[in-house]
Amino acid sequence: MECLRIRTYVLKFKGRYLLGTACMLGAIGLDLLSPVLIRRIIDDVILDGKQQLLMALLLGLLGIGLGRALLGYVKEFTFDWIGMTATNQMRKDVFDHVQTLSVEFFHQHNTGELMTRIKDDVDKVCVAIGFVGMLAVEAAVHTVLVVVCMLRLSPLLTLVPLALLPLIGVMALQMERKLGAVYDEISDETAAMNTVAEENLAGVRTVKAFTKEEYEKDKFRGHNKRFYNLNMKQARLVAAYQPAISGTGKIMLLAVVIVGGVLVIRGDMTLGTLSAFSEYANNIIWPMEIIGWLSNDIGSAMASWKKIKRIMEETPVICDPDAPVFLEQVQGRLTFEHVSLSLGGRKILEDISFDLQPGKTLGIMGMTGAGKSMLVSLAQRFYDPTEGAVLLDGVDLRRLSLRQLRSSMAAVTQDVFLFSDTVNQNVKMGRKSTLDEVSVKQALQQAEAGEFVSNLSRQEETLIGERGVGLSGGQKQRISIARAIAKGAPVLLLDDSTSALDMETEEALQENLRHTGPMTKVIIGHRISAVRDADEILILRDGRILERGNHEELMKRKGEYYRTWCVQYGEEVSACQ
Amino acid sequence: MSVNSIRQDEVQREVDKKDTLVRLYRYLFRYKTKLLGVVFLLAVTVSISLVSPLFIERAIDVHVAAGDWKRLLLLGAAALAAYLIFMAGSRAQTILMASVTNQVLLEIREELYSHIQTLSFHFFDSRPTGKILARVIGDVNSLKEMLTDSVTQLVPGFATVLGVAVIMLVKNPLLALAALITLPLLAGGMFWVMNVGHRLWQIYRKKSSNLNAFIHEDMSGIRIIQSFAAEEETRTDFYQLADEQRLSFINAVRIADCFGPVVDITWGMGAFLLYFIGIKIIGAEKVGVGTLMAFSTYLGMFWNPIRNLASFYNKLVTNLSAAERIFDILDTPAEITDREDAGELPEIRGEVRFEDVTFAYADEPDRNVLEHVSFRVLPGQTVALVGPTGAGKTTIVNLISRFYDVKSGSIYIDDHEIHEVTMESLRRQMGIMTQENFLFTGTIRENICYGRPDATEEEMIAAAKAVNAHGFIMNLEKGYDTEISERGARFSIGQRQLLAFARTMLTDPRILILDEATSSIDTHTEILVQEGIRHLLENRTSFVVAHRLSTIRNADRIFVINQKGILEDGTHRELMEKKGAYYELYRISSAQDLALAAKPVRTSDG
Repeated sequence: MECLRIRTYVLKFKGRYLLGTACMLGAIGLDLLSPVLIRRIIDDVILDGKQQLLMALLLGLLGIGLGRALLGYVKEFTFDWIGMTATNQMRKDVFDHVQTLSVEFFHQHNTGELMTRIKDDVDKVCVAIGFVGMLAVEAAVHTVLVVVCMLRLSPLLTLVPLALLPLIGVMALQMERKLGAVYDEISDETAAMNTVAEENLAGVRTVKAFTKEEYEKDKFRGHNKRFYNLNMKQARLVAAYQPAISGTGKIMLLAVVIVGGVLVIRGDMTLGTLSAFSEYANNIIWPMEIIGWLSNDIGSAMASWKKIKRIMEETPVICDPDAPVFLEQVQGRLTFEHVSLSLGGRKILEDISFDLQPGKTLGIMGMTGAGKSMLVSLAQRFYDPTEGAVLLDGVDLRRLSLRQLRSSMAAVTQDVFLFSDTVNQNVKMGRKSTLDEVSVKQALQQAEAGEFVSNLSRQEETLIGERGVGLSGGQKQRISIARAIAKGAPVLLLDDSTSALDMETEEALQENLRHTGPMTKVIIGHRISAVRDADEILILRDGRILERGNHEELMKRKGEYYRTWCVQYGEEVSACQ
Repeated sequence: MSVNSIRQDEVQREVDKKDTLVRLYRYLFRYKTKLLGVVFLLAVTVSISLVSPLFIERAIDVHVAAGDWKRLLLLGAAALAAYLIFMAGSRAQTILMASVTNQVLLEIREELYSHIQTLSFHFFDSRPTGKILARVIGDVNSLKEMLTDSVTQLVPGFATVLGVAVIMLVKNPLLALAALITLPLLAGGMFWVMNVGHRLWQIYRKKSSNLNAFIHEDMSGIRIIQSFAAEEETRTDFYQLADEQRLSFINAVRIADCFGPVVDITWGMGAFLLYFIGIKIIGAEKVGVGTLMAFSTYLGMFWNPIRNLASFYNKLVTNLSAAERIFDILDTPAEITDREDAGELPEIRGEVRFEDVTFAYADEPDRNVLEHVSFRVLPGQTVALVGPTGAGKTTIVNLISRFYDVKSGSIYIDDHEIHEVTMESLRRQMGIMTQENFLFTGTIRENICYGRPDATEEEMIAAAKAVNAHGFIMNLEKGYDTEISERGARFSIGQRQLLAFARTMLTDPRILILDEATSSIDTHTEILVQEGIRHLLENRTSFVVAHRLSTIRNADRIFVINQKGILEDGTHRELMEKKGAYYELYRISSAQDLALAAKPVRTSDG
């Protein structure tokens, strides 16, 4: 990803910016025209008595009002449009980038934090690109134009505002810098508060089970209070600068009138000129008043921008090779060659080898934490092995495109995650445009989910809640199995995916899986029944292969597998005693 | 079950905009003294701004015209002093107002969050987390500007408009009327924008909320998305939601941006009338050049705050929908609450009794999940609940801990009807392990001690040892101080279950509810866990939802749940002898296993 710049977004809207700025200049021009008209009304019509000019001048004033309304509308709408469109684009860019990042990134960054970045921070930056940008440009243009007009009226008197403007500029810059630092903290605190609230909402069952509502409230209260304190810090900074800046603007006008008055008294200037000049000076007060707010918003935008950039600079650990090998047709041979994996200095897997031929089944058992799930992660290349290699059809996974690789594998993870969408859309995941309803039904049947889905209020079109709430654990697992089956990939990875099913359903499901397509299957399970039929069974312990062989061989061996068998079926088979 | 998804807009109760506004301002008015302070300071700063043109007028018309530069300088000094007061006042006012606004936001957020804690599962189950989150954080934050401006813009705005109007009327009533005659036009324009705008902003908020929910879900399920190579698809969905949000914004500003122009047009017409009437009808010499000039300044001073008021009004219209969404949650009643006369549940022995319990979920009140269920479990008994998935096993255990309320019938713990005691005292004595086994970000220690923060190191380790989690924890680099990433993502489900198990055991519950608590733990570890907790379970009533024969067989009693009730009740042996549903269930599921499993054993023995 190229280094992201605000400029990229700004330049995209060159045309619109030009339109908006043109309208703005037009409106400002009209603004400046109105004192001229007023001066002529006073000087020509009233003082010189040229009554015939009055109507034309007045219609001019009215025209100015109308023109300003029209130009003002186009201007505001254009900048709103730019701001929102930039938000939209930037959000898409950040989102796309985050989607490519690797598992580790998501372990380090909480959902609450990422949400803050993609939503709030992008919003803040884009306010600066749109609306605030408009005001800033407007204020600058206004100031410059006013100064130019003043110079034309009286260069001498213009020295007064010119002397005070730099002072205001310095204050504004300082304010922006200091506020930027506070907003940096506010943004972090927003993310932290988001995370606490997010966990509380997602873990509501646990919270209620432990009657920890009060504790949770306290935790949130702490963040809420910190958020308050930071916002007060921001307010105090604004209070320190904003009145000083706008007060200086007022003093400027006063100084102009006093100095100008002296000049008029000395006869160096006409009264009309001073009136017009003070009118212009009046026009400069408004930009001075909003400068403080602009500094505030820009400071906030810059802080957010830094956060977004930090995420955009994250590079995926796992990425496509430069020239990926393309497999014409994936057969589904999965090979682990002396694979070892260390994460954070801890050895997770050591020297794992197997060669699973297309259409064959590998069963994996082992103690909790033995590294079983990591084999599935490695097969899908969520991690790269520290040593050794994982191969699909004889090609190192690191030489394949991630897209082809992951399209070739259908995984059911331990952690069932369903999306708050219809059953249908969940099952179609990854193949929404190509899969027909018949295949969805078929996949649901094979996953033994057909029956309960047809009993739902709207069958396949029933909405299931986030993470499948409203469904029982077993129902969720079956939908996630259907999702994997529907993918129709050559390799099927089932990671302890029937743990919540009752025995009867599990048995039927196992039977269906035995007859499902010519897929290569890796089945991780705790029940002997899940792995018994596998062509090879691996027993893992502490990241190593403890035993391997088919069911008969392992039973003869009377090792760990045999002992598990005894526990699970012992009572019925007296031979074990 | 009716569920709101990321694609659907939320349905909100229609409420009167005025009511929402009044309710919102009630929060503000709790700080009367501070607000009075703000208003006082505003009075000072606004009047200084107001008299400011008088200084200028006087300076030009009187002192400059008279050539009296001494008085001119004197006036200048007076004005300078006034401006310094302005700066100081404005500074104090900003801080005071910010403290009120932020305090109000603090309170609303707190109230909202606290209220959400009392809501029942139904609330959480029927909408994506991201949408609730959007209200607690996003919607509350968006009230900030509106609240601040309600005082800092509204009060001085009105004051200025009023003040200027009065000054103008006093100076020259006719001229003033000429300048102000266009006001009705403005009012009409604003009314129109409000009506159309409010509806459009509501749509925008809903679209934003959808987007928020989508981002939340996507970030939580990123692993699945990557695993299914569904990035393209998700992108399409995300783009669509983002585009909808963008479009709804643009639709809204298309109307909202009319505010400025409406003000500009009325202002232009006001200026026209002012000069026309001032010069043509009254005559310039009668009015005086200075007054006419002052009037044109006043006109600016009059319309600028109106423009600000208009933009405030715009903000109000924009953010009122945020307030509505907040109050919508605050008005959602907590379905399961303590009765007013609810007493403390004294220390229990652990008897659990269902009497004729019928239950249906709130959104399908006519579809009973359980019907006329009655049973009595004695203290210390272990009950295993078996039955097909979705038969109601989880529902029964959820009713015991009163996560839902029964439709009819009663549930007793030691002869205490559970509605008659506080939920806190009830759940405190229960150890509930739900299917989700949620872990919080924080250390392992914090997670295990979640239910009992006062537990000693020894107690914590004992709990971890009992469930056989101590070993793998100590293998971690930082042991119990290891940080758990979101949802415990670095650990396997089995390990997470062990940690959650330790967390439950540490609370020393009288009644233990294990809902598929060990489903992802291997048999070997499970035996270790069972042995480890055996002495902990003595004299404790426990309900176990499980599918593994080895777990079920050892229970004192087995309930077969099906057909909306308890089909069979008895020990493993009793039920096997009965040759009923359990026998069938057991036989069918294990027949093939046994046939296959037994074979090699015989050959190896023979």
